[in-house]
Amino acid sequence: MTKLTFVAFDGTRYEVEAENGSTVMENAIRNAVPGIEAECGGACACATCHVYVDEAWTDIVGEPESMEEDMLDFAYDVRPNSRLSCQIKVRDELDGLVVSVPERQG
Amino acid sequence: MAEPIRTDVLIIGAGPVGLFAVFELGLFDMKCHLVDILDRPGGQCAELYPEKPIYDIPALPTVTAQELVDRLMEQIKPFNPSFTFNRMVTGLEKLPDGGFRVTTDENEVFEAKVVVIAAGGGSFQPKRPPIPGIEAYEGKSVFYSVRRMEEFRGEDVLIVGGGDSALDWTLNLQPVARSMTLVHRRPEFRAAPDSVNKMFALQETGGLEFRIGQVTALKGEDGQLRSATIKGPDGDVEIPATRMLPFFGLTMKLGPVAEWGLNLHENVIPVDTEKFETSVPGIFAIGDINWYPGKLKLILSGFHEAALMAQAAKRIVSPGERIVFQYTTSSTSLQKKLGVA
Repeated sequence: MTKLTFVAFDGTRYEVEAENGSTVMENAIRNAVPGIEAECGGACACATCHVYVDEAWTDIVGEPESMEEDMLDFAYDVRPNSRLSCQIKVRDELDGLVVSVPERQG
Repeated sequence: MAEPIRTDVLIIGAGPVGLFAVFELGLFDMKCHLVDILDRPGGQCAELYPEKPIYDIPALPTVTAQELVDRLMEQIKPFNPSFTFNRMVTGLEKLPDGGFRVTTDENEVFEAKVVVIAAGGGSFQPKRPPIPGIEAYEGKSVFYSVRRMEEFRGEDVLIVGGGDSALDWTLNLQPVARSMTLVHRRPEFRAAPDSVNKMFALQETGGLEFRIGQVTALKGEDGQLRSATIKGPDGDVEIPATRMLPFFGLTMKLGPVAEWGLNLHENVIPVDTEKFETSVPGIFAIGDINWYPGKLKLILSGFHEAALMAQAAKRIVSPGERIVFQYTTSSTSLQKKLGVA
């Protein structure tokens, strides 16, 4: 199991154990992290599971692919460390990953 | 008022469940008309994820969303349903002698004995960019579509977005605008490369300005925009803007459904599980927009709901007529309706 930490907009931290191969979004939904809507259910079609990847983790998590970049155009307050959490797959190297939830989704 | 279009059943929403309802209603000889806010059938399947595979449609191990829509359109063809696209149903009222009057945002009028709400997550509407106070300018100086180009003549026009709508309107309005600024958060675009090249060429010759960034604040008074603040890589800049067109895609909103006097439960419509009827007899709700204990928002659940709803709808459309339960496999009369016997 891989440990993930979600930081809600109000600062509350949610530490969850995630299965490798699942997406970061799925773990947020399963654990009812507030602020992740995932309207389209993980199809990279809505930009409502937007998160900021902690600066210490951006290199390991990697850059969005072009389809995800296109969807990020629809997100609110997009920053260089913005990602759609449905497009980040949990794997061993991400153990300890911290992502924070923006003020709102689109 | 325009002459109403009359039909047995008016279906609000042409997504997979609305389409399949045509089939189930058609087997009972009910004629359907569908109204949808999109410009084509398919709802979320067509708009959000047409290329994505669906794996939980019985007997179709994998099918793309668009293929599912295409197959449903083929399946309902024998019943010859009629469609009105690009319209939002705004009004739904009960007629004194039974039946309902349904009106759209373009003032079309329909009269139907039964109304089926198959509106999924609601209607697709332009996404409002999260800029504080933007509501005050909407409809006066901030628009989500262009109805008349004249409204932009001589104005300082600001267009936000990187898709085809943003680029097309940048190019089309540039000749009539006093100044044209396009803002997008990155130098890559989703729009057709040809439009992007034309835009950059116009920028070269001073015909417009392209800025990388995001709009963070608006200034103006009484709904009239004066300027916008753009947060870019080099900090904030304020640019003059008297008209703004944000193109941030579509989102689903419940919309006018909330005003039709139906009982609602957290933005969905409670129904019974025998007929999938709402709190108003004669108005049914099927698919993602309804709620009952155990509800699952699955396409296959919506198909089941459509089949049961059709039985109840038949009792309203043809009161007193005996309803005979039949299988399409063995019933010659159903096969005739399907055009195969």
